[in-house]
Amino acid sequence: MKKKVFLDKKAIDRTLTRITHEILEKNKGCEDLCLIGIRTRGVFLAKRIQEKIKKIEKKELPLGILDITMYRDDLFKIKLPVVKKTDISFDINNKIVLLIDDVMHTGRTIRAAIDALMDLGRPKKIQLAVLVDRGNRELPIHPDFAGIFYAIGAGEEILVKLKENDGKDEVIIVGTQ
Amino acid sequence: MNWTKKDLLEIKDLTKDEILLILETAESFKEISLREIKKVPTLRGKTVITLFYEPSTRTRTSFEIAAKRLSADTINISASTSSFVKGETLKDTGKNLESMKPDVIIIRHSMPGAPHILARTLKSSIINAGDGAHEHPTQALLDLFTIKEKKGKIDGLKIVIIGDIMHSRVARSNIFALKQFDTEIVCCGPATMIPPYIEKLGVAVEYNINRAVKDADVVMMLRIQKERGGISYIPSIREYAILYGLKKAHLEKAKKDVIVMHPGPMNRGVEISDEVADGEYSVILDQVENGVAVRMAILYLLTGREQ
Amino acid sequence: MKILIKKGRVIDPKNNIDEILDVYINGNIIEKIGKNIKEKGVEDFVIDATDHIVAPGFIDVHVHLREPGYEYKETIKTGTMAAAKGGFTSVVCMANTEPVNDNRSITEFIIKKAKLEGSCRVFPCGAITKGLKGEELSEIGDMFDAGIVAISDDGKSVKHSGVLRKALEYSKIFGIPVISHCEDTDLSHGFINEGVASVLSGLDTVPSIAEEIIVQRDIMIAKYVNANIHLTHISTAGSVDIIAREKRNYKYITCDTCPHYFSLTEDATLKFDTNTKVNPPLRSKKDIEAIKEGLKNGIIDIIATDHAPHDLPSKDMEFNLAASGISGLETALALSLTLFHEGVLTLGELVKKFTVNPARLLKLPYGDLSEGNAADVIVFNPYIEWIVDKNTFLSKGKNTPFDGWKLKGKNLLTIVDGKIVYRDGLI
Repeated sequence: MKKKVFLDKKAIDRTLTRITHEILEKNKGCEDLCLIGIRTRGVFLAKRIQEKIKKIEKKELPLGILDITMYRDDLFKIKLPVVKKTDISFDINNKIVLLIDDVMHTGRTIRAAIDALMDLGRPKKIQLAVLVDRGNRELPIHPDFAGIFYAIGAGEEILVKLKENDGKDEVIIVGTQ
Repeated sequence: MNWTKKDLLEIKDLTKDEILLILETAESFKEISLREIKKVPTLRGKTVITLFYEPSTRTRTSFEIAAKRLSADTINISASTSSFVKGETLKDTGKNLESMKPDVIIIRHSMPGAPHILARTLKSSIINAGDGAHEHPTQALLDLFTIKEKKGKIDGLKIVIIGDIMHSRVARSNIFALKQFDTEIVCCGPATMIPPYIEKLGVAVEYNINRAVKDADVVMMLRIQKERGGISYIPSIREYAILYGLKKAHLEKAKKDVIVMHPGPMNRGVEISDEVADGEYSVILDQVENGVAVRMAILYLLTGREQ
Repeated sequence: MKILIKKGRVIDPKNNIDEILDVYINGNIIEKIGKNIKEKGVEDFVIDATDHIVAPGFIDVHVHLREPGYEYKETIKTGTMAAAKGGFTSVVCMANTEPVNDNRSITEFIIKKAKLEGSCRVFPCGAITKGLKGEELSEIGDMFDAGIVAISDDGKSVKHSGVLRKALEYSKIFGIPVISHCEDTDLSHGFINEGVASVLSGLDTVPSIAEEIIVQRDIMIAKYVNANIHLTHISTAGSVDIIAREKRNYKYITCDTCPHYFSLTEDATLKFDTNTKVNPPLRSKKDIEAIKEGLKNGIIDIIATDHAPHDLPSKDMEFNLAASGISGLETALALSLTLFHEGVLTLGELVKKFTVNPARLLKLPYGDLSEGNAADVIVFNPYIEWIVDKNTFLSKGKNTPFDGWKLKGKNLLTIVDGKIVYRDGLI
C-alpha cells in the first residue's frame, strides 16, 4: 500500500483560506449567506470556514449540520447507516445556503443534501464548496468552490483526515501502485 | 452495532445494546416532527399495515404518523371491519395480507403470543403493538426514551409503577427494559393486581402508595379497569381512586425533579388526578411526541436490517 | 400363533421375576416361561430379544380415543395403533366423546369398534354424570354391565361436592374406581401454571391450589364414604404431599401422573408453543422434583399418558384459544425411561407403574406374565436412541412438545392376545 500526502496541514489551511475568499468574492460579501456542513467532516470544514469569514468580514454566519442518511438513494442496499441528527436551527428560506463537504465524488451525496434542504425550506440559492473534488461524476452536479481536483486512478483512494475527527490534518492518496 | 432482527415482538428479546440503538436512532428522528415539511423519503414505496384487533387511537395513530413521515404507504385494518368478524383465523388473515406484500405489519391483539404466530408464518416484519397482558415493546421504548430525555440517564433511578400490574403489558415491557439498566423498580397496587412471583424479576412490591413513591425519580401510572373476566379485582373504582390514585400530595414524598408518566388514555380522577395530569411533573404529552420518533426509528431499523 | 421370544431380560414385577428367560406364546396365552426353551420348529415367530427387556404389555389408564364424535382428531383404530407402538396392550378411554359415553349404547359402540378395528384392548371409562354436566349420575350400572371399568368426568372436575359423594357411594355397588380430574375452576381461570413463567408471558394462570384443593376434597369424601378414588394427572408438589399424608390412614387412594409432568417445566410455554398447552398445565421445577420423588417412593402408583390428540387447526392458533392436550402414547415409554436413566426408578419399579398397579386398580387379569395368562407382552430396549418425529406418529394427533427431542429407550414389539400388533424394524 503506497501512501502519499497530497495536502498537509498547512496546505489544507491555505486552500480553505482561498476558498473562503472565493466565496466572499462571488457573493460580494456574506449578506444572506449561511453555512451548512454535511456530516461528518463537512461540519468541521464548515466551522473553519465560518471562523475565517468571521476574521475577514467581522460577522459570524449561521452554521447548520445536515445528516443526509435518510435521503440516500442506496439506503437499503448497503449496511444500514446510523442516522445522526440534523441540526439547522435557523430559517433557510430566501437565504444563500453554502453546502460544505470534504470530498465530492459521484454527486449523489449532494443530490441527497439538496433534497433534504428543499424539505426544510426554499433557499434563494444553494452553492457547494468541497475540499477535494475527485471526479467520476454520476450525476450532473458540480461544486462552485473546490479546493483541489484529483482524478482518481484505478486502485487508488483519496482520504481526508481532519484534526477534529481523525487526530491530524492531511489529505492522502492511498494506492496499490 | 447493526440491527438484525426481522420482528419486534418482545423487549425480552432485545439486548441492552439493541435498546440503546433504538433510543439513539429515535433521537435523530425526533427533529423531523418539528420541521415544516414533516417528511423524509426514507421508507418511500414501503407498505406498512396496522392490524388492530383491539381498539386504540393513540398507538395506531402514532404508528401511522411515524410511517407516513417516513414516506411509507399505510393501511389500517381494525377487527370490527375485518374478516375477523367472519371467523377467519389470525394465521389466515396474515397470509392473505402477505399476498399484498406488506413490508411491515403492526399488530395489536387481545391474546399473548398472537404477534408470534404472524412472525413465524410471514416474511413481513412484525411489530407487536400490544398482545394481551404480555408485552407492548414500543411503549416501553418510548417510555425509556422519555426518561432518558428528562433525566439524562436511566441508570441509578428509582421507578415506581402503580396500578393493575397483573394485566398490564406496559408494566411488563417496562420492567423487562428497565431491568437491563441499573434501576430500582417498585410495583405498587392492590395485592389482587400484583402477580405472585413478580419479585423474582428483581422488583419490589409495595401495597401502600405513600411508601412506594418515596424518593421516586419516575412515577408510572397504569390505566385501571374494574372488571376482568367477570371477577372483581377491586371492590370499586372509588376505593381504588382513594387508595391508589396519584395526587399532588403524594409527589411531595418523591424526588424534587420527579416525572409522572402514563401510557394513556387516562382516567382522570381515577388513577391520576387532574392536578397531577396537567401539572409541572407530568411528561405525558412528551411521551406521545416521543412515541412517533421511537416508532420511526423502529420502522427504519426493521426495514433496513442486515440480512 | 406360536411365538418364541428368546434370551430377553424378562421383568415381571408381579411374580418377582427379573432374569434372562425365554417366553413361549401359544395361541392367545403364555404357555411357558423358562430358561432355554427349545425351538420345536413349528413356531410362527422366533424373536431374538438379546439385550432387550421382555415385559407384560403396558396398561394406560387414561387416554382419549375421540371416537365417537371427534374422528378427525383420532379414531379407535388410529389411537390403538399408536398405543400398540408405544408398548400399550390395554388402554382405558375417557368418556368425553360426542356423544358422551354416559350410557350403555356408547359403551357398547366403543367396545364393538375396538374389537373390529383396535390394535389393543380398549376398556371404556363411563361418565360419572349425564353429559358430563356434573348434575345427575349416569346409568353407571347399565354401563358396568356393558363393560366399563371405571367412571370419570375427565376433561372436567365434578364441581358439586354432593354429586361427587353420590358418585363415590354408587361406585361401591360395582367395585369400580372413580377416576378424578382435580380442578377448581373458580381458581383456575387461565392456561398456564401460576409461577415465574406466567409473570413473564402475561398469560392467565392456573395456580397449583386449584388442583390441590380438589385433590384434598375428593380424598376426604372418598374416605368418608369408604370408596375407591383414583386421582389422575397429578402435577403439583402440593398434591403429592396431600396424597402421601392421606395414604397413611386410608388405603383406597391411588393416583397417576403423566410423562410431561416430569419432563417439562412451565418455561416451555414462554414462546407460546401451543403444543405445551395442557390441562393441568406444565408446572415449576419444584413440582417436577416432587413428582419424581412421589414416583420414587411409591406415593404415585401409576404413570398414564392422558393421550389427548388434536387436529392441527385446533392447535394452530392463539395460545388462549388453542385446544389443550398432548399426544403422548408414542413418547411415554422413552420419557418414562429417563426416570430409569436418572436413577429415580429401577426398571422393575418402572414396569410396575405401567402394569401391576393399573391392573390392580381396574381389577384386570393383565399386567403380568404368569403362565396361562393372556399373552399381552412387549419387548423394549431402554438404551436405543432415537429422535422424536411427530410426522411418523401413528396417532392422528401430532401435537407433541417433544418433537425433535433425542430420547433413549424404544418399544420394539407389542403382542396383544397372542398376536403381534406392532413390530419395529430393529427386531
